[in-house]
Amino acid sequence: MRKSNGHSFTWKTFTESRLFLPLIALSLILLFDLIFIPGFFSIENRDGNLHGSLIDIFRNGSTVMLLAIGMTLVIATGGIDLSVGAVMAIAASVAGILMNPSALKNEVFFVTDPNYTFQPLWLVIISALFVAILCGLWNGVLVAYVRIQPMVATLILMIAGRGIAQLITNGLRVQITYKLFTFLGQGWIILPFSLYIVAIMFVFTWLMTRKTAIGMFIESVGINFRSSFYSGIDEKKIKLMVYAFCGFCAGIAGLVASSNIKTSDANNIGLTTELDAILAVVIGGTAMAGGRFSLLASMVGALVMQAITQSMYAIGVPAFALQAIKAVVVVFVILLYSEQFRSFIRKFSAPKTEAKP
Amino acid sequence: MSEPDQNILVMEGISKAFPGVQALDDVGLNLKRGEILCLVGENGAGKSTLMKILTGVDQPDSGRIFLDGKEIQAKSPQHAQSLGISTVYQEINLCPNLSVAENILLGREPHKFGRVDWAKMNALAGETLQRLLGVDIDVTKPLGSYTVAIQQMVAIARALYMASAKILILDEPTSSLDVNETQQLFKVMKKLKDEGVGIIFITHFIGQVYEISDRITVLRNGKLVGTYDTDSITRVGLISKMIGRSLAEFDEMSKIKLDSSKHIKTEALLQAREFGLTGAIQPFDLDLHAGEVVGLAGLLGSGRTETANILFGAEKADSGSVSVNGNLVKEHSPLGSIKRGVALCPEDRKAAGIVDDLTVRENIILAMQANKGWFKYLSLQEQYEIADTYIQLLSIATPSPDQPVKNLSGGNQQKVILARWLATNPQVLILDEPTRGIDVGTKAEIQKLVLSLAEEGKACVFISSELEEVLRTSHRIVVLREREKVAEFAGEVDEKTIIHAIAGGEA
Repeated sequence: MRKSNGHSFTWKTFTESRLFLPLIALSLILLFDLIFIPGFFSIENRDGNLHGSLIDIFRNGSTVMLLAIGMTLVIATGGIDLSVGAVMAIAASVAGILMNPSALKNEVFFVTDPNYTFQPLWLVIISALFVAILCGLWNGVLVAYVRIQPMVATLILMIAGRGIAQLITNGLRVQITYKLFTFLGQGWIILPFSLYIVAIMFVFTWLMTRKTAIGMFIESVGINFRSSFYSGIDEKKIKLMVYAFCGFCAGIAGLVASSNIKTSDANNIGLTTELDAILAVVIGGTAMAGGRFSLLASMVGALVMQAITQSMYAIGVPAFALQAIKAVVVVFVILLYSEQFRSFIRKFSAPKTEAKP
Repeated sequence: MSEPDQNILVMEGISKAFPGVQALDDVGLNLKRGEILCLVGENGAGKSTLMKILTGVDQPDSGRIFLDGKEIQAKSPQHAQSLGISTVYQEINLCPNLSVAENILLGREPHKFGRVDWAKMNALAGETLQRLLGVDIDVTKPLGSYTVAIQQMVAIARALYMASAKILILDEPTSSLDVNETQQLFKVMKKLKDEGVGIIFITHFIGQVYEISDRITVLRNGKLVGTYDTDSITRVGLISKMIGRSLAEFDEMSKIKLDSSKHIKTEALLQAREFGLTGAIQPFDLDLHAGEVVGLAGLLGSGRTETANILFGAEKADSGSVSVNGNLVKEHSPLGSIKRGVALCPEDRKAAGIVDDLTVRENIILAMQANKGWFKYLSLQEQYEIADTYIQLLSIATPSPDQPVKNLSGGNQQKVILARWLATNPQVLILDEPTRGIDVGTKAEIQKLVLSLAEEGKACVFISSELEEVLRTSHRIVVLREREKVAEFAGEVDEKTIIHAIAGGEA
């Protein structure tokens, strides 16, 4: 989105952009699907809504995409947030208990009425997101003000978070049947409803980082926090803000995930998704050391992660072997990013010309 | 030393292009055994690139290198080292979190029973520092806990520790050393020279060139200007070869200074009273007047940088008070200072100045934007206008404002940081070593700029380890010694008076 002084869009500007490699990775996986999985690209129209494997990639990828939005900003400041999976579970538990408080009385009864909820939906969502932001603020305080290393600081909540989620629901899984809530993850308006949530969050975050100075400050803090400090940037406030925002994104992801499986399952919601989110950001080309970031590239990164999972299921890889296969594919994707590999590619793609001024 | 005139190193026809710039164009150089060769030139002349090619960091596009008559091509710094070419780079490339001893002996640790022999290692490192450089420090402490000067000495010790070094390259090793430390280094260089080591010495200090070198090779804009015997070329001649223009403007300085001194106001813009920080700087009084340049003179570690930092609020003072424009400052922080119109251009350009991955434009507007806050974002058009203004005003050499600032040469990076602070339109501008590691031409530009800023009614604090420069630029000089303000001189003073004050009044 920069004014380029008379530069037109060329193949070279595209290959140098952050989007290039993630898109290549995604195309390679989709090409694999095109060849080996018949009907992978077929999209059918059911009552005006679109269904198909391709749509499923987007729908199932929506939680990772939501997490990747917050994670991108955290990683850009040079940090990391391992607790997002646990925060998802906490948000889901808060939502579950507010819609179906039976667990507090230590009894599980199945609410069958899809129109029943203990608290109105707006209160459910606001409370869950409020708690998620609190979780993020906790991380932010530990990292920015107490100066604990981000990995250690967020590890605390990663481990404690699932315990907290269980405490909220009294150790039980809470069934969620409230129709309006399940629409978040299962609803369809031509496209899956969760995609609209992702789109809104993406646009909001893009505007927030690129149409204000926040994006530049985040990058500046991530690249050189001492220079940023001398330039008058409140590095602590920036960090607190991104961790809180990351918690907020995790909260939304938690709501979508629990709505999707109709329970608030403190043990399994968001389990290991923090790693998927981190990988999505890495595939999106943001350096783990912080600095320049691209939200759009992270989104493509999240889709790459989901496309791998989806393709493996489609060709019949059993669930227990999935993680291993995924690891192998991720290694290949990351290979695309190594400087050696890139210069190797450049050698072959660029015609040999002497650069003489 | 059978033939003292024999060349130990010959480089010929070296060319190297980087995207958008021909860094070196058919450059040659020869170095004799037991000789100190000075490599001089302005920023971007190609000195560093030439050395990077010699040490295997970069590969040349064309050209040949002969070491001891045999053609070599260093593939990596390690390879160059094994050939006998040791380097101390301009920017310190050591690990600040490792101990001094580890830094010196990294990769060559003494072993005992298959484990690192720490006692021996520490003794060895301490002895090396003591014997070679005459520096006596605790080598078990992390390197980062020492000043930049000591870190530089450690880097030199590390390069010198190579027993087999045939060639030693010193890329601006003295830019952060004070007079005594420089003399220590020169002693070491002379000793190595007597032992037959060829030394390539890159520096911006013309005085040092004449003090230590046998011959001088001059580069300009990636081309070889010539190689001269030090005895046969005058300073003025050398400098005009380096910058390719006459020196009349250097003489202008004192006239400009005299003229501008008429504009000094009597009321103080910034007033510090009993201002100090325990362990950093003793409480001092300081008044800065509009239109005036105040020089801070003193040896390294005398508290110059600390003074700058607490005046700006980068470090919090624990005694006394400071008022700006007559208003007492309560909340002291960098952002608060920017809002009050106080700016600090910090000493360490790489660590506290530039944000290397951001573009020139973003680096320039950074402090200004921080002042405006998160949400009042300057439009791209405004950003380009500001960036273009300062690129022109300070003649920053960059292909475009969208260039990452790390691709610029040191002097241009310094100008970008100056631009960042000028963009905040400060009333008080504190410049901590603004000319460090910068070529002669740019130095004069910056000195002139400081005076013209004062003329516009700003108060400037000018800190430099080059006393000559402080004298030339300042209307008033404050002398610091051992973290205490010891003297203040207004009007014309000569170098001797200041040196006596720095030294402690005796001798």
